Amino acid sequence: MNDLLAGLQSAFGLIIHLDHDLVEISLRSLQVTLSAVFISAAIGLPFGAWLSVTRFRYRRFAIALLNALMGLPPVVVGLFVYILLSRSGPFGVLDLLFTPTAMIIAQVIIVTPIIASIAHQSMRELWFLYHDLLISIKTTKWQRMQALLWDGRRSLLTATLTGFGRGIGEIGAIMIVGGNIDHLTRVLTTAIALEVGKGDFPLALGLGIILISIAILINLSIHVLSRTEREGTW
Amino acid sequence: MVETILPVELQNAIVRKGTKDIIGPLNLTFGGKGCSIVIGPNGAGKTTLLRLLHGLERTTSGTVRWAARKGDTYSRQSFVFQAPVVLRRSGIENIAYPLYVRGVVKKAARAEAEKWIGDIGLRDVGNNDASVLSGGEKQKLAMARALITKPEVLFLDEPTANLDGAATLEIEGLIRAAVEAGTRVIMATHDFGQARRLATEILFMYHGKVHERATADTFFDDPQSEEARKFLRGDLLV
Ligand SMILES: Nc1ncnc2c1ncn2[C@@H]1O[C@H](COP(=O)(O)OP(=O)(O)O)[C@@H](O)[C@H]1O
Ligand SMILES: [Mg+2]
Repeated sequence: MNDLLAGLQSAFGLIIHLDHDLVEISLRSLQVTLSAVFISAAIGLPFGAWLSVTRFRYRRFAIALLNALMGLPPVVVGLFVYILLSRSGPFGVLDLLFTPTAMIIAQVIIVTPIIASIAHQSMRELWFLYHDLLISIKTTKWQRMQALLWDGRRSLLTATLTGFGRGIGEIGAIMIVGGNIDHLTRVLTTAIALEVGKGDFPLALGLGIILISIAILINLSIHVLSRTEREGTW
Repeated sequence: MVETILPVELQNAIVRKGTKDIIGPLNLTFGGKGCSIVIGPNGAGKTTLLRLLHGLERTTSGTVRWAARKGDTYSRQSFVFQAPVVLRRSGIENIAYPLYVRGVVKKAARAEAEKWIGDIGLRDVGNNDASVLSGGEKQKLAMARALITKPEVLFLDEPTANLDGAATLEIEGLIRAAVEAGTRVIMATHDFGQARRLATEILFMYHGKVHERATADTFFDDPQSEEARKFLRGDLLV
């Protein structure tokens, strides 16, 4: 109980004074995860739509695989990306290991299947409703995907948010490929782990509260955005 | 005027699902003008026949042949489904959608859709999400969306099956106007009154086959087949 109170106090102190390290770490967390989510959505949403409107031989298998990839253990993803990016790995020459870019790559691998899978589930239902009409109107495959992406945008926002939630709280992969280097790759989750390791629970708790606040804030603001959109454009 | 896509001809057409022949073998031709009404009890195969003509079903054997070259045949037809399919967007955007698909610029498409939304009496709710409209309003929207492309052939699958009297009459008004404008209408119904009001000719379907094809007067006053007589007496429900 004392730890909790001290943690809250410490968090408030950090926020009010706009502690330099804290701001830097928070911004880096946002930069990494927002970049990863942006890339993942750009890949995952169209892929989910494509999967909804396309019939091919191994479709069921592809969907099962996608759902399985949703549960990819971040630590293993981190290991995989580490091997690829390490000096002796195939992409070693790019010198990306222990940079924010490496962290973004790892998070894209974790978040894309989540966004694609959730997006596919909602667009598949929509496609079931639209199927006959869109075939009757002689739409092209691309037009069908566009219709699903546009008309399903609310649930696609939810899919993207879920991906964001997963990314912002992720530590397994980001620790391995980022290395938690001060002023370079330290983000909220890795900083919390470090503070706990050092036994600085109040600071760890403070950072945790800030992490949760960021997640809630972003969720709320997108919720408000989608509300105004609904009332405004139709 | 471009060459017409009609007539359409079915030759020994059969649609089989599993081991059951749902319709056929059918040998039919639709050409000319007017409103053909396919009538018959539930499960007779009316929906399947319409979908087959429109290319939403394939023949298991036999052929469906439109007069025009393949490519653009189906884009000169529209289909209104029994349960109206409404896109999750505004009424106006629903009506404009087929024009967007055909590459009409947004402004022109919307202007045309605005005209149609007024014609079907939904101007006041045209900018609202269409999924909150009533059943009758949704079906009127589907009619406008089908007609905005000025189709040569309009397929209607029991378009008033779930509607009340007033909404039914409004839909029938739209159908009549389309027929007068020269659209070839092929429509399924099991409503006798509606068939009498709209039909140029009647096709009576039962168990996947067309048992009788006649003018509305002949069919209702002097049906030739035993099945049709039973159906009209109400003895033939499935
Ligand atoms: N996909 C399908 N698989 C199996 N049977 C079907 C399928 N679609 C329709 N049927 C059957 O075909 C028959 C004709 O259906 P339908 O064309 O919908 O008749 P109607 O429109 O006259 O009521 C019905 O007995 C129906 O159960
Ligand atoms: Mg039917």
